[in-house]
Amino acid sequence: MTTLEIRGLHVSVDTPEGEKPILNGVDLEIGSGQTHAIMGPNGSGKSTLAYSLAGHPKYRVTGGSVLLDGEDVLAMSVDARARAGLFLAMQYPVEVPGVTVANFLRTAKTAVAGQAPPLRAWIKEVGTAMDSLRFDREFSERSVNEGFSGGEKKRHEILQMELLKPKIAILDETDSGLDVDALRVVSDGVNRAKATTGTGIMLITHYTRILNYIKPDFVHVFVAGRVAEEGGPDLAERLEAEGYDRFLSAV
Amino acid sequence: MGISTESRGSRLASFRLADFPFPTGREEEWRFTPLADLAGLLAGDLAAETVIQVQSQAGASSGPSAGLARTGAGKDRPGRGEAELDDGEPGEVGVRVTTAGRDHPRIGLAPAPGDRVAAAAWAASESATLVTLDATAAGSLTVVRVIGGDGSEPARPSATHLAILAGAGARGTVLLEHTGLARLAQGVEIILEEGADLTVIAVHDWAEGSVHAASHRIRLGRDAHLKHVTVALGGDLVRVTPHIELAREGASLDALGINVTDSGQHHEAQLFIDHAAPNCRSRVAYKGALLGPAAHSVWIGDVLIRSQAEGTDTYELNRNLVLAKGAHADSVPNLEIETGRIQGAGHASATGRFDEEQLFYLQSRGIPEELARSMVVHAFFAELIGQIGCGEVEDALKVAVDAKLDQRRNTHS
Ligand SMILES: Nc1ncnc2c1ncn2[C@@H]1O[C@H](COP(=O)(O)OP(=O)(O)OP(=O)(O)O)[C@@H](O)[C@H]1O
Ligand SMILES: [Mg+2]
Repeated sequence: MTTLEIRGLHVSVDTPEGEKPILNGVDLEIGSGQTHAIMGPNGSGKSTLAYSLAGHPKYRVTGGSVLLDGEDVLAMSVDARARAGLFLAMQYPVEVPGVTVANFLRTAKTAVAGQAPPLRAWIKEVGTAMDSLRFDREFSERSVNEGFSGGEKKRHEILQMELLKPKIAILDETDSGLDVDALRVVSDGVNRAKATTGTGIMLITHYTRILNYIKPDFVHVFVAGRVAEEGGPDLAERLEAEGYDRFLSAV
Repeated sequence: MGISTESRGSRLASFRLADFPFPTGREEEWRFTPLADLAGLLAGDLAAETVIQVQSQAGASSGPSAGLARTGAGKDRPGRGEAELDDGEPGEVGVRVTTAGRDHPRIGLAPAPGDRVAAAAWAASESATLVTLDATAAGSLTVVRVIGGDGSEPARPSATHLAILAGAGARGTVLLEHTGLARLAQGVEIILEEGADLTVIAVHDWAEGSVHAASHRIRLGRDAHLKHVTVALGGDLVRVTPHIELAREGASLDALGINVTDSGQHHEAQLFIDHAAPNCRSRVAYKGALLGPAAHSVWIGDVLIRSQAEGTDTYELNRNLVLAKGAHADSVPNLEIETGRIQGAGHASATGRFDEEQLFYLQSRGIPEELARSMVVHAFFAELIGQIGCGEVEDALKVAVDAKLDQRRNTHS
C-alpha cells in the first residue's frame, strides 16, 4: 500500500517579468489502486502540478511538501523519483532522435528495477504489451517519439507505464487526441496496471468520456492553482453540464 | 554567412609552393587556425614519407582494422620505397594499390592546392600511393593506413600524397585511417569518372601531440556519386580542407563529417563545394561534440553555384553539441549563387548545449543523468554514422566514437 501525499504545494515559474506563482497550495492524497480525476480549465496549473511532481527543472517549488510513503519526493532528482515509483505520462511527450524505443525501454526498465531484466522474458513482455496497445513491432526500432502521431505518442506513454509498473502514475491529458479505439486500448492499459500492479492513478482530463472506461474514485476540480472542490464520479457529470463558471467567479 | 566579399571561386589555387606567401593568420582560409601549431608544415622542406608508413589492403573483405576495432587479415604492404606495389593485373575485385611518381599520368588530375600547406605537401611528395578502382570493383573495401611514429621520438614534419581514382562505373569503398604520432601535410586527390559510385572515409585518430593538415581535392565526373566522410577523434590539430568540384552534369555528393573534440584539441573542416555543371546535387552534414573546456572546432561550408550550374540542388548542415563551458565551435556556412535557375539551396547551422527536455524525458523514466547524457550524445552521432552505408565501418566507428566519449566521461567525472 502506497500513498502520495501532497500538502500545501506552491510552485512558480521564472518569467522575464520575474517569478510567477502558478500553484497556490495544492492538497491531494493518492493511494494505491485509487483513481483520482483532476479536471479544470485551461491554464489552471494541472500540467504544472504534474511536472512539479516529476521534478521538471522549469518549475520552482516555493512551499509545501510531497511525500511518497513518507519519503521526501521534492528532495529527489528526476530519475530518483521515477525509481521511487512515480511515473508521468506527459501531455506532450518529447522526441529523442537516435535513441530506439527498444533501447530506451530496456534502459529505463534496468534503471527502475535496479538490474537488467532477463532478455528472453523481457522481449516477450515488451511484445505482449506492444500488442495490447496495438503497436506494430517495428516501432521498437524507431527513434523515441520521433515522427509518432499524436495518438501514437500517447499510447507509447502508456506502454512505458505498463512496463515500468510505477506505484503512482500521473496521466496528463493522455486521452486528448485519441480516436475511439485508441481511447479504449489506452484505458484497458491503465486498468491492467491498476489490477496487476495496484498503481494509483492521477488522471488529468478535460472530458468525461475517458471516465466511462477508467472509473474514478474521486474527482477534483482544479482552479487557479489549487483544488477548489472534491467529490465522487457524479461531480464530473456536473462539470460537463455546467462548466467551471461557478468556481471561476468564486476566485 | 562568411564575411569575405571576394568570390570563393577566385581564391588562389596552385601547385607551386612559391605562389603562396607565408600566411599571417588574417587570411580567410587561416583565420580560425592556430598557425603556430603548423610551424614546420608551412616551411616547404618536408620529409617525404620518411616517417610515415602507408599500408594498404586492397579489396579487403574482412573489414577495417588498425585504429578501428580489429585487425583484418589481408595482404598488408608497406607503401614506402617500392616503385610499384602491384604492377600486374587488377585483383579479382578490380582494385589496385600502387606507388607512382608524381609525374604519373594519373597523379595530379584533381584541382590544385588551395593553401600553402597543401602546396608544400605536393612539392615534397615525389611519389604517391595510387588506388585505382575499375568497373569490376563492385562493393569492395580498400583500407589505406597512414601510421605515424610510436612516440619514442618526436614527429618530423613530413608529407604524403594519396590518389584515388575510380574509373567509369567503378563502385567501392576506400577507408583511410590515420594513427600514431605525426606532423603531416597530406594531399588526397579523388577522381571519379563517369558513373562511378565511391565512398571515401578518412578517419583521423592520431596520438596526442599530432598535427595534420589534409587537403582533399576532388573532381566528380558525369553522373558520378561520392560519399565523402571525415572523422576527427585524436590529434592536437586536425585540419581537413575538402575541395569538391562537381565538374560534370548529374554529379552527386554526400559529404558527412564527425568530430569529437576534447580540451586542447583543434578540429577543423573547411569545405568548398564547387557546383560547376548543371543538375548536380550536394548534401553536407557535419556534426561535432566538444567535450572539454579548451576544445575548439571549426566548420566552414563554402558552396558556390556557378552561372552554368543550373538545376543545382544543395543543402548543408552543421550541428555542434557543446558539452563544456569554455569550449568553442565556429560554424560558418556560406552560399554563393550565380544563377537563379536552381532546384534548391539551403543551409542550417546550430550550436547548442543539451536539449534539456530530452534529458528530462529520459530521466523521468528513471535513467540517471550521466547515462541520459551519454545516450543523447551517442544518438546525435549514431544518426549520422548510420548514413555511411558500410556496416563494418559504421560499427567500428560507433565503437571508436563511444570510446572517445567514455574516455572523457572517465577523466572528467
Ligand atoms: N514560462 C512561463 N511563463 C509564463 N507563464 C507560464 C510559463 N509556464 C507556464 N505558465 C503559465 O502557467 C499556467 C498554468 O499552465 P499549465 O500548463 O499548468 O496549465 P494546464 O492546467 O495544464 O492547462 P491545459 O488544460 O491547457 O493543459 C498557464 O497560465 C501558463 O501560461
Ligand atoms: Mg496541461
